[in-house]
Amino acid sequence: MITIKNLSKTYRTKKQNITAVDQLNMTIDSGEIFGVIGYSGAGKSTFVRLLNRLEEPTSGEIIIDGKDIVKQKKNELRLARQEIGMIFQHFNLLWSRTVHQNIAFPLEIAGVPKKERKAKVDHLIELVGLKGRENAYPSQLSGGQKQRVGIARALANDPKVLLCDEATSALDPETTDSILDLLVDINKRLGLTIILITHEMNVISKICHRVAVMDTGKVVEEGDAVHVFQNPQQAVTKRFVQQLDGSEKYESLSSAVLNEGTGTIIKLSFSGENVNQTIVSQTAKQCNVDINILQGNVLQTQSGAVGSLFLQLVGSETEVEKALDFIRSANVKAEVQELV
Amino acid sequence: MFEKWFPNVDIADLNTAIYETFYMTILSLIGTFIIGIILGLLLYLTSKGKLWENKIVYGIVAAVVNVFRAIPFIILIVLLLPFADFLMGTIRGPSAALPALIIGSAPFYARLVEIALKEVDHGVVEAAKAMGAKHSTIMVKVLLRESIPALVSGLTVTAIALIGSTAVAGVIGAGGLGDFAYFYGFQRRQTDVVILCTVLIIILVFVIQFIGDFISNKLDKR
Repeated sequence: MITIKNLSKTYRTKKQNITAVDQLNMTIDSGEIFGVIGYSGAGKSTFVRLLNRLEEPTSGEIIIDGKDIVKQKKNELRLARQEIGMIFQHFNLLWSRTVHQNIAFPLEIAGVPKKERKAKVDHLIELVGLKGRENAYPSQLSGGQKQRVGIARALANDPKVLLCDEATSALDPETTDSILDLLVDINKRLGLTIILITHEMNVISKICHRVAVMDTGKVVEEGDAVHVFQNPQQAVTKRFVQQLDGSEKYESLSSAVLNEGTGTIIKLSFSGENVNQTIVSQTAKQCNVDINILQGNVLQTQSGAVGSLFLQLVGSETEVEKALDFIRSANVKAEVQELV
Repeated sequence: MFEKWFPNVDIADLNTAIYETFYMTILSLIGTFIIGIILGLLLYLTSKGKLWENKIVYGIVAAVVNVFRAIPFIILIVLLLPFADFLMGTIRGPSAALPALIIGSAPFYARLVEIALKEVDHGVVEAAKAMGAKHSTIMVKVLLRESIPALVSGLTVTAIALIGSTAVAGVIGAGGLGDFAYFYGFQRRQTDVVILCTVLIIILVFVIQFIGDFISNKLDKR
């Protein structure tokens, strides 16, 4: 669906050249929700804006549906853009237009006759759940509703690709969830390919099939979203994963436990069906160890649940070893945590 | 009653003066609006980072605008008399004042248009670009449409400044309330004429400001 080859973007200033996107290569499949995560300044926002040439690439190819966007002339590009929807962090709605008129705007641009426009807009309003708010102005809507208008507007010309530039970053967690649910729903219903840029790990974990981690303009890690969470290789990725599994909290917790002085602290990582196992109580029954649950959580992702659990095992060295072996035999990853 | 308070005012002359003031204000406002929008759009679009970024064009337009804004209006009228003669075929009366009124006000309005357009969120322009909009669509349906309340407020300010200018133009014989006050009132020492003209102009200014604010607020959906 989308193939990106050696894509680079360099900003030239008088003092220096800044490479925001550096020799990027990527393949995104049709119907996939592809997440790009990175801290601010990693080049992810530049990357997504290169895809519809809101920023001009310095070099490289972007092939969407067999056509190289980079080589297209002005008019071809205009038509190609009509097939690439985009939503923004700050929604970018026209405040002088009502919800209905905002959603109709891309149809006006594409030259759709008035009658068809109305039917299409009504359908989209229903799809994004804004029925009854057709004649409201953006200033009368909440953030979540504004983003729904943004999504409906982006879908108006039946795009094959939807670009989301930090689409949930300006929303509160609850609204973020409802917008993400809507994106998943659209992805399933319309078979739309979604490329999503974010700095929030929970956004990736909740809806993305695949993820690329960006740092200083390069993709440092890429793969199946669940796989990347469970086996983060790079330091940046590990920091993102810590946002999710509570390791950050664990670090402050560990010193408190250390002061108490006893036991071994282990981290269990679950995925898929073994989330449902009664591993803790079984371990306590099988081995002569006392178990203290420090903290844990379970995340729902696109490919099932992923969990992590921090335990303090108190017992003799051999019993703790036995417990670890027992846990590992149940296909649960167990790591002994070095105390800081 | 009227004759008691304003013994020296000839009603027929006053009506002519009012008519001439309206004539000059309305026609020059239309001219100012058209030229101001064009110049303002040019200033905005050719500035840095905008659709038609072009340092040379921006420099030329900005220079023209600044020069005409710098010339005091009374001098501008005199300078433009030959041009008015060429264009309107006369150097007297309200029509002769129109070129100077328009050329004097359009650069001022152009700057207000530029400011209004700058206030349009760049993200919205970007969103329209991402939808595949033509530049002409972005100009009309995004930039101008989204800045309408500011364009209207700017036009109100310009219209009020224009009324002042029409009074000044009266001194060189353009007619209107300014002319009336100057020749019948000041030069013949008929204070009642001056006062009446002043009151009428004040009322006119108030009415324009009120209408302008009303329209601007009505259109502002932010």
